[in-house]
Amino acid sequence: MTMNGWFQIALFGAIVILLTKPFGGYMTRVFTGARVFLSPVIGPIERGIYRICGVDERHEQHWVTYGIAMLFFTAAGFVTLYALQRLQGMLPLNPAGQHAVEQSLAFNTSVSFVTNTNWQSYTPETTMSYLTQMAGLTTHNFVSAATGIALAIALVRGFARRSAQTVGNFWVDLVRCTLYILLPIAVIVGLFFVWQGVPQNLNTYTDATTLEGARQVIAQGPVASQEVIKMLGTNGGGFFNANSAHPYENPNAITNFVQMLLIFSIGAGLTNVFGRMVGSQRQGWAIFAVMGLLFLAGVATVYTSEAPGNPAFAAFHVDQTPSALQAGGNMEGKEVRFGIADSALFTTVTTDASCGAVDTMHDSLMPLGGLVPMVNMMLGEIIFGGVDSGLYGMLLFAILAVFIAGLMVGRTPEYLGKKIEAKEVKMAMLAILILPLSILGFTALATVLPAGLAGTANAGPHGFSEILYAFDSATANNGSAFAGLSANTPFYNSTLGLAMFMGRFLMIVPMLAVAGSLAEKKIVPVSAGTFPTDGGLFVGLLIGVIAITGGLIYFPAVSLGPIVEQLAMKAGTVF
Amino acid sequence: MLRQVRPAIVMMIAMTVITGLIYPLGMTGIAQLLFPYQANGSLIHRNGRIVGSALIGQNFTSARYFHGRPSATAEPDSKDPSKTIPVPYAADNSSGSNLGPTSKALIARVKKDAAQLQVENPSVPVPVDLVTTSASGLDPDITPAGAYFQVPRVAKARGLPEEEVHQLVEAATKGRLLGIFGEPSVNVLKLNLALDKLGSK
Repeated sequence: MTMNGWFQIALFGAIVILLTKPFGGYMTRVFTGARVFLSPVIGPIERGIYRICGVDERHEQHWVTYGIAMLFFTAAGFVTLYALQRLQGMLPLNPAGQHAVEQSLAFNTSVSFVTNTNWQSYTPETTMSYLTQMAGLTTHNFVSAATGIALAIALVRGFARRSAQTVGNFWVDLVRCTLYILLPIAVIVGLFFVWQGVPQNLNTYTDATTLEGARQVIAQGPVASQEVIKMLGTNGGGFFNANSAHPYENPNAITNFVQMLLIFSIGAGLTNVFGRMVGSQRQGWAIFAVMGLLFLAGVATVYTSEAPGNPAFAAFHVDQTPSALQAGGNMEGKEVRFGIADSALFTTVTTDASCGAVDTMHDSLMPLGGLVPMVNMMLGEIIFGGVDSGLYGMLLFAILAVFIAGLMVGRTPEYLGKKIEAKEVKMAMLAILILPLSILGFTALATVLPAGLAGTANAGPHGFSEILYAFDSATANNGSAFAGLSANTPFYNSTLGLAMFMGRFLMIVPMLAVAGSLAEKKIVPVSAGTFPTDGGLFVGLLIGVIAITGGLIYFPAVSLGPIVEQLAMKAGTVF
Repeated sequence: MLRQVRPAIVMMIAMTVITGLIYPLGMTGIAQLLFPYQANGSLIHRNGRIVGSALIGQNFTSARYFHGRPSATAEPDSKDPSKTIPVPYAADNSSGSNLGPTSKALIARVKKDAAQLQVENPSVPVPVDLVTTSASGLDPDITPAGAYFQVPRVAKARGLPEEEVHQLVEAATKGRLLGIFGEPSVNVLKLNLALDKLGSK
């Protein structure tokens, strides 16, 4: 570990804090329909879209209608994306001559991108045409992110409103999020990426002759336009197989830093939107504090476990010590330009949020380094969370936390002036329990079926980790992988597809029910007996509830994977 | 309920046109205008031929060149497409090794590679980046330590004084960006191009 490494991590945290308030303010204006500086340019386009879609922007929806609109939109996206992949061989913008994508893979990929997971069972540069990457995958990078943000905003409205029947209009939230938040940032930062070296072309793959006279074919494409929204929308699906480790996707340490900021920007900003909408920014900062503390714990664990390097190499006269001339540490599956600190930071950030982009191969992380992303996803990516699961996952835990606090003092729990009653607690528990059902259930299934075991690339506990990580990542809609697992098989494509579906929609529906039920409630006036939810006690309690819930559910599973591997490594056992 | 069907379909089409066609194609146009070199992949030409990209590593095996890091990329086997064969630095099929820290295969590979490198420069321990595969399999860089380690071999193969090659590495070393971000690195292709230039003087 180096001073510079810790400094880069601290600087990252500081910039996230600075971005939160202004970005939160802007997003609040967008979602409350206020005028923003982009309105003169974008307003006419926005109204044009409503007109052709037959949407009345002043009409608000009940939570059930809001949910149905979201599901229909997702279904339309699924069908078009599936069709595009199956037909790409006959369509234009395909200079590499990619064929139709095989059925189970096209199914998996469609579910993956409409659920904002971006799990990739395929190698993009050998599978997808430029048209599929743009009109299919880039589009879903935008709209699945906008869908997730819209849902989070609907839940926030549930907290903020009183005696209300509606939670907003899905179509308006979707369009405003895409046009006013995602697109403008994508254009500006995307061009910054091009300037820094990320390609943006429609050329055929480059045929180069290396200095030694060998032939090297270099994949090209419209990379930057997808790269930026992949990070901003916490999608995480790479234009290339190596994702943000690929030098074309992420050419230097500054693009790397900006990519990490993009991942956290919306998730962090949403905590502020939440605070503003419920009338007290302190409420938002309390949630931010919980997220921030969990983030720091994660990044410190990954950094300290990666920096000393692999003890097994010590016998071979290999130098893993950091110095002025090298970063040292566990460099297997890492890039020189990022070294250890930036890789550790990226690993934590991408799984704190639902991103899943990687700038280092998670499969080659040290056992405890690999444990952190796994746990981050198991908790439901509530740490800033990115566009979908983050804020609403955390608010579901907050409901649980005030419920437990209420039980301890024998009072009806309240959160933000709303009585938390049986219905909310049941729905919150249901949403929280969907994750372990899918993660642990499918992992158990895969470890007893030959088709599941056939996919592992590593032996011993690490092989189990590969399977557990896959269902963890799919269910949590993350998309990163212990990529040694051969997941492009009918078994994994279908089970992982189901896991992504369950993790997204079976969590969203109870969450929307909570939103609808909260919106209908009256506000209870604050009294001496009200448990304050904007102070240190609440922050501590919430972290405790998250740790206890996560620990009780997942400890047995992770002890079979990374924990036993760590112990084996210390004892010098190899597999 | 069915009133949401039309917006769902038309909205999907509208979003596809805006974010999936106008946006990426417009970005391509602007990028080609403002940053044509980067937008086309930072390609390097020598004597009118493309020799590679400044951002993409390539395979070096000759003792006369600096070598990049081991690469785990592969290509489909032409005899049996269901299998793959190792092809280092396959820039149309990026990939890492995905070997875990307790993998026998990883430890055996590092042991073998470290022993080979030890022969060419027994005086110093082998920098870890020279025996570990990168995440992309296309890492264009090695660490300065990894470059200095190879100086004796390259100098001997080219019949150059070590001091001169050493200076070349020094000149090719890129520090942390803005003094803060990332880690110091040496771009192998650019270093080798400089080396070739030196030889032809």
